[in-house]
Amino acid sequence: MGAFLHRHKGLTPYLLLAPGVAWLALFFLVPLGFLAYQSLQSGIYPNLEFTWEFSNFPDAISDYREQLVRSFVYAGIATVLALLLAYPLVYWIAFRAGPWRNLFLLFIVAPLFVTYLIRTLAWLNILADQGPVVGFLQDIHVLDDGEGLLYTTLAVIAGITYNFFPFMALPLYVSLEQIDARLLEAAKDLYASPTQAFLRVTLPLSAPGIVAGTLLTFIPAAGDFINAELLGTPKQQMIGNVIQAKFLESLDYATAASLSFVLMALILGALLVYARVVGTEKLTG
Amino acid sequence: MTTAAAEPVPRSRVGVAARIWSLVKRHALTVYALLVVLYLMLPIAVVILFSFNDPVGRFNYVWQGFTLEHWQNWDGVLGIRHAVVTSLEIGLLGTLVATALGTLMALAIVRHGFRGRGTTNLLVFLPMSTPEIVLGASLLTLFLNTTTVFTLGYWTIFIAHVMFVISFVVVTVKARLIGFDRHLEEAAMDLGANEWTTFRKVTLPLLAPAMLAAALLGFALSLDDFVITYLVAGSEQTFPLFVWGIARVAVPPQVNVVASGIFLVAIAIAFGNAVWQIRSARRQRRGQA
Repeated sequence: MGAFLHRHKGLTPYLLLAPGVAWLALFFLVPLGFLAYQSLQSGIYPNLEFTWEFSNFPDAISDYREQLVRSFVYAGIATVLALLLAYPLVYWIAFRAGPWRNLFLLFIVAPLFVTYLIRTLAWLNILADQGPVVGFLQDIHVLDDGEGLLYTTLAVIAGITYNFFPFMALPLYVSLEQIDARLLEAAKDLYASPTQAFLRVTLPLSAPGIVAGTLLTFIPAAGDFINAELLGTPKQQMIGNVIQAKFLESLDYATAASLSFVLMALILGALLVYARVVGTEKLTG
Repeated sequence: MTTAAAEPVPRSRVGVAARIWSLVKRHALTVYALLVVLYLMLPIAVVILFSFNDPVGRFNYVWQGFTLEHWQNWDGVLGIRHAVVTSLEIGLLGTLVATALGTLMALAIVRHGFRGRGTTNLLVFLPMSTPEIVLGASLLTLFLNTTTVFTLGYWTIFIAHVMFVISFVVVTVKARLIGFDRHLEEAAMDLGANEWTTFRKVTLPLLAPAMLAAALLGFALSLDDFVITYLVAGSEQTFPLFVWGIARVAVPPQVNVVASGIFLVAIAIAFGNAVWQIRSARRQRRGQA
């Protein structure tokens, strides 16, 4: 084998790539083709027919506009909340936690070690009507008696924020941790106030982390359906709920497939807008 | 100082307020950080706590009393053992295959200039940036349209898991390969080792930590995956699917036991890894001195 590779050096990378690329082509790219094929069919399983049914797309958008908008609004709010929660924590870990850094980093990833569904179910316990949180909020009259937190928009957004928090915090940490402390000292020597030093040195240098964290949080959040299903009601349904139900319950594969494409196209669109705003070079690293 | 003596009362009041304000200012960040940590830990604490609960009736929502019964009898719920075993099997097998394929891809991408490198990078990046529901949906349409080849179940879950783990392996191993000292390999070749021996005796051992890290990450992702698995599982059950099914009825404490078990093992591995890294860093420093 060694001798063969030696004689055909140019082949080596392709041989190394072949199995992995084949797997990704066969089970990622080809399925996208099948999804496209399915999205242009008409009828309900098992009476599906391929008819170049392009009207599936406008139909799906107008029928499920509400859920599409909701997915992006919820994902957007959750992303901003995660950023606001994560940035000060990660900043503190990077600059103030000293020898405890790794321990606190472990706290950030720890939620990922609890099965996704189960950590969402734990919020059911915490936010339950008999639970301590609702009781406290009723006592201080933020909630009226008989009002609860579960099965509300707030609960769904809070669930999404919690579940994707580590994906925001980790890239943020990586970018903050790399900042050279001497730069901050230099800013101080040049009479920058702590606020100025933060705004003109730390914040710009952590921008790549903010961008990466935002993407890693927003993309899965927009496609999520577990939080809406477990912590919400049909009034909080997101596009993921619709796609999932169409595939597995109503067997309306054509609509489900076209909605999947719409979701992907909208996310891509959102990425492009985002790229325009923050600059392309930051997005691709 | 003299002015302070002249008007003692208002001065000291200002002093106290200022001191409290500066105290709050100085520690606000720490307090905020610790509150966020508390928020992160709260659901985990609830999961573990309720694995020891002795619920009355079907619902495990209200604390009733401490018991070890569910830990001793973790598979006392119909179907939970099968689901856990399936999750572990697919996790191990899928991670093994994905780590092998992903490592080879990372080697090709970092080590070799070849036509189509950009495209390959894109192919690796795309699955990670596609929502899970779309990944699952597209795989499902593939499987539904090729029923003569694929039957939904164990192996379709395996295929899906390998697919979404590969990208993470490539990224993890690539990061390690980029900071890699190639002199060691050149030295081996100078000493007469051929490419294959060099790869086996030098490259592979040096890559092992990155491969292990990638495999652990992949295993965790596989074990935890719900969305993609749900779409391609047919009637097969993994642990997350089992939880989903039972969540609509009532979640028994055994589910908390399994989740707590997985959590504790993961934390133990993370701790072990941290200790090992600190030790090997120390050993290296001593070696250099």
